[in-house]
Amino acid sequence: MGYHAGYHAGVAASGLAAKWEDLPMNLHEYQAKALLKPYGVALPAGRLAHTAEAAEEAAREIGGEFWVVKAQIHAGARGKAGGVRLVRTLEEVRAAAEGLLGSRLVTEQTGAAGKTVHQVYVEQGCEFDRELYLAALVDRSLGQVALLASQAGGEAIEEAARTPGALLKIVIDPVLGLGAAEAARLAADLGLDGTAAEAVAELAATLYKAFMDQDASLIEINPLVVTRDGQVLALDVKMILDDNALFRHPDLEALRDEADVDPWEVEAQRHELNYVRLDGDIGCMINGAGLALATLDLIKDSGGETADFMDVRPVATRDQVATGIKMLLANPKVKAILINVYGGGILRCDTIAEGLATAAKDVGLTVPVVFRAAGTNSEIACKLLADRGVRVILARDLGEAAQKVVAAAKGEAI
Amino acid sequence: MAILVNAETRVICQGLTGATASYHCEQAIAYGTKLVGGVRPGKGGSQHLRLPIFDTVAEAVAATGAEASAVFVPPEHAAAAMIEAIEAEMPLVICVTERIPVLDMVRVKHALKGSKTRLIGPNSQGIITPGHCKIGIMPAHLHEAGRIGIASRSATLTYEAVEQTTTLNLGQSTSIGIGGDPVYGMSFIDCLKLFFDDPETAGVILVGEIGGTAEEEAAEFLKAAKSEKPVVAFVAGRHAPTERRMGHAGTVDVFGKGSAQQKIDALRDAGALIAASAADIGATMRQALRQALTRP
Repeated sequence: MGYHAGYHAGVAASGLAAKWEDLPMNLHEYQAKALLKPYGVALPAGRLAHTAEAAEEAAREIGGEFWVVKAQIHAGARGKAGGVRLVRTLEEVRAAAEGLLGSRLVTEQTGAAGKTVHQVYVEQGCEFDRELYLAALVDRSLGQVALLASQAGGEAIEEAARTPGALLKIVIDPVLGLGAAEAARLAADLGLDGTAAEAVAELAATLYKAFMDQDASLIEINPLVVTRDGQVLALDVKMILDDNALFRHPDLEALRDEADVDPWEVEAQRHELNYVRLDGDIGCMINGAGLALATLDLIKDSGGETADFMDVRPVATRDQVATGIKMLLANPKVKAILINVYGGGILRCDTIAEGLATAAKDVGLTVPVVFRAAGTNSEIACKLLADRGVRVILARDLGEAAQKVVAAAKGEAI
Repeated sequence: MAILVNAETRVICQGLTGATASYHCEQAIAYGTKLVGGVRPGKGGSQHLRLPIFDTVAEAVAATGAEASAVFVPPEHAAAAMIEAIEAEMPLVICVTERIPVLDMVRVKHALKGSKTRLIGPNSQGIITPGHCKIGIMPAHLHEAGRIGIASRSATLTYEAVEQTTTLNLGQSTSIGIGGDPVYGMSFIDCLKLFFDDPETAGVILVGEIGGTAEEEAAEFLKAAKSEKPVVAFVAGRHAPTERRMGHAGTVDVFGKGSAQQKIDALRDAGALIAASAADIGATMRQALRQALTRP
């Protein structure tokens, strides 16, 4: 979320335990703000609305002279895409909400399909003098939590991120925490003094505390504004939680918004599969994120385009594998399927072959399937497919598999 | 001979009594790994897989002289298990567990500073010196003792590199999974240093992927180290869609690093030979070794 596409994407990834294995635990702006509010973070008054009427009512309740109506979707660059509207009357609040709700917002981060807006956040507008940037994340190379800050908040952060020295960074000792002197210096380095400097120093400490308490991967306040009367307000907040730490925060699991995630992805997750939808015509079933990325590269280099990606987790069963293959077959775009698996660890090749045989029996293989299995029980897998009469195109190695599936998708003889 | 582990390395397993740990430890024993005990709080004094179980790592070290510990503890308790091993001054800790909270790893990383422990992982398939010692979950039969050192962020891509070097009769000296998590123990650089100093390693393969800056840091090191030994690198994710998170570690880093192409450029610039695809890792290493031989 936020108005500033490139940079948001960038920072998020750097702090993120971004695992293919999990649905990303992105929070909506209104959720992030609700989490930060109890810590005393100063925020503009705001309300969530699901209808245009409710939006108007929300604006009336919170009062003020003007408002901002913001689409709540899991993607950045909303501002540039028209997802954040500044309005001056209650009628305009209603009209803005009406325009946004139910529409599909296409931003630089949503892909061509865009995201449907199901809810808007109505917030009191404010006049400000300065826009700053403040974020907490995990610095991967150091293995420590760091605060990033800049005088260039708002859209200017994109440029600042590319300019050496324009981003201030404090690396935090996990035992000592953030020192008061460090926080004060950060505020001074941001060019602040007086009450604004005190407020930002306090906010830095608060941000770090919230980051640790909530097991966040990223909290980004952009812009952090200094208002005409010297108040410091968090105008927009992006927050990502560490999926792997949710066992410590059962209450936060409820914040997951499945309506904003591809329903196929949700379905695949239920079957120990990680699914990613792309735009091409080759469906892929792979095990392991690295092998999946490498296979995607090979298919592209061989002249093909990948449609769906199915990453099989080591614990997947025969029936779960079958479900995954049926999902690939159910996509009308898919003209050929590549199954490329490495038996090892817990997952064996024969489990994949059994899943394929089950899918073939249940729904029939309507497109050519290239099968490449290596590692544990690879020979048993190939024999099993032959015994069950499952027709596949066998490939000896990764390179051959990619070439064959690209040819098959183009309807060429193999 | 090889690095970090060999036929004499005495190994314990933290969490040995669990099903997954039992399965992989049985295979390790069958492979010849000198497994000497296990740790499971509350089950000290009992036996599992005909091995003695201890309540604490310190007791296990005192009784068995263990030099390495494999951590198969569930994610909720994995950080505590690693820190216990670090405090017991275990020289080598290998953490197979995946899905550990990243802030837990920040604490582990802090405990590692100034300690006597090297950590491999977490979210690692482990380490193997073929024919001598296997600690982890990799399929042993792909491996063959040989001259190539492998360090990798991805388990299944490691198996590609292993199988290809086996097929080409190059074999492996030691293969290490540094793990797919954002905060982890041994880096590519730590592995490169050991492989460069190991007389049995003739060349090193690095397998990286998008996200983070581990490959760029390795490139900086390679540039300065000027080793005679050839280094082959493969980086997955050149065509990963930018608006989607794929792989272990997301897209582009805040300081402009992290894309596959930037990593590839940095490594090539540092003298590494780049494998064009995951199918060409072994062949690229063979070519690199030939070039090294004919170098004037």
